[in-house]
Amino acid sequence: MTRGEIPMGSAGGVTDNVPSIGAGFMATLRRDLLIAVRHRGELANPLMFFLMVITMVPLGISPEAAVLSALAPGMIWVVALLATLLSLDSLFRSDFEDGALEQLLMSPQPLYFQVLAKVFVHWLITGVPLTLMAPVLGVMLSLPSAGYWPLILSLLIGTATLSLIGAIGAALTVALRKGGLLLSLIIMPLYVPVLIFGASGVRSAIEGFPYLGTMAVLGAFLALAIVLAPLAAAGALRISING
Amino acid sequence: MGWQWFHRLGSPRWFYEKTDAWIPWLAVVSFALLAVGAIWGLAFAPADMKQGNSYRIIYIHVPAAFLSLAGYYIMAISGAIGLIWKMKLADMVMKCAAPIGAVFTFISLVTGAIWGKPTWGTWWVWDARITSMLVLLFLYLGVIALQQAYQHQDTANKASAILALVGTVNIPIIYKSVDWWYTLHQPATIKFTSESTIHPSMLYPLLTMVIGFYCFYALVLLISTRTEVLEREKKTRWVNELAAAKAAGGKV
Repeated sequence: MTRGEIPMGSAGGVTDNVPSIGAGFMATLRRDLLIAVRHRGELANPLMFFLMVITMVPLGISPEAAVLSALAPGMIWVVALLATLLSLDSLFRSDFEDGALEQLLMSPQPLYFQVLAKVFVHWLITGVPLTLMAPVLGVMLSLPSAGYWPLILSLLIGTATLSLIGAIGAALTVALRKGGLLLSLIIMPLYVPVLIFGASGVRSAIEGFPYLGTMAVLGAFLALAIVLAPLAAAGALRISING
Repeated sequence: MGWQWFHRLGSPRWFYEKTDAWIPWLAVVSFALLAVGAIWGLAFAPADMKQGNSYRIIYIHVPAAFLSLAGYYIMAISGAIGLIWKMKLADMVMKCAAPIGAVFTFISLVTGAIWGKPTWGTWWVWDARITSMLVLLFLYLGVIALQQAYQHQDTANKASAILALVGTVNIPIIYKSVDWWYTLHQPATIKFTSESTIHPSMLYPLLTMVIGFYCFYALVLLISTRTEVLEREKKTRWVNELAAAKAAGGKV
């Protein structure tokens, strides 16, 4: 950030050189997005995983449309969850290795908003692409037509919650050399409610029932996760760095 | 005044010396309660009208299920105390409570499966309460795995305390799950707010078993924590003196 962009509304008047919370949030957001764009190849990895595992389903179970359409909502949700889980290990890893994470912890910015910015970027580069790709996979698994919009909506809200909850696990395991599998083990039980409501919302829409109630529950999970998950992740990061 | 005991708990030595006298009492009480409850429940309580004698497994199943949930809270609360007041003893209690709670969860799952075979005709059904019990077991295993992944004991304690606290978000969902996806499992039988649907002749042995299980849990947790105290404080003078006194055959 250049000197000219430092905003006026800093807290207390004591630390005049400290950018406001919003500016700090935007700076981390911009930095992480820039890093993501510069490593364009990695962006496609969760999507390729998503596509490949979905391809395994007809190969492993049955190519019949009737079987696949019954499996489609749950299968797409489970694989999207796994793809998110696999991408989470890198959330803080490279920042931890090059020392940027320590700078983040030492900075006068509240860690809550810094973590929120990082998780937001993670959702933008994994959750949103996964959501956009899901209808294509829905066609491949012959998802009934009533299920498409609920699938998109539930994944859009649900993957944000998955990223937020996952950030806690990523923060807890960032200092461990082999944190990847452990991250999945400790976070997967916490994903259970999101999966249940996400997949059941799609299923009830296909069966002709109203699905907005389950979407509202997903939204409530998201609201709760926005408030609490960055706090837990920030505490976990402090423990991982300081020991 | 009144809070002194709480500050004293910060000293593992005080805890170790204080609880030394509790162990025999707790052991006698818990084994007596378990023996009375088991004999009463297995031999003297009447057989169930529909399920015959197979229902008698509730004398193990229900107390174990109670403790698997209560054990998670004990673990999470002591983890929180360790995080907030930096109390070493609370960290040790949290570490010891995790495997004990996991074992109780496992017992309740296994006894549930054994009970399910004669009553529902199947070992396993994807029912709400069974599934949430399984998720609870996963939560315990995650805490244990995280605890063991760290080389540094202090970091391990703090990290697993955070995970345990995050996991408590799931506990209300586990309780609520009965209302949410009511399926095969019967609704909760023991209700403290209204008349319970279990006959008193079956209820009293069950309550005896529940209290016995709680005492047994406290006993195991105490013994385990005391071992942990000795393990962590092995370089201090009081532990060495204790070991020397033991080795000399003197009374501790």
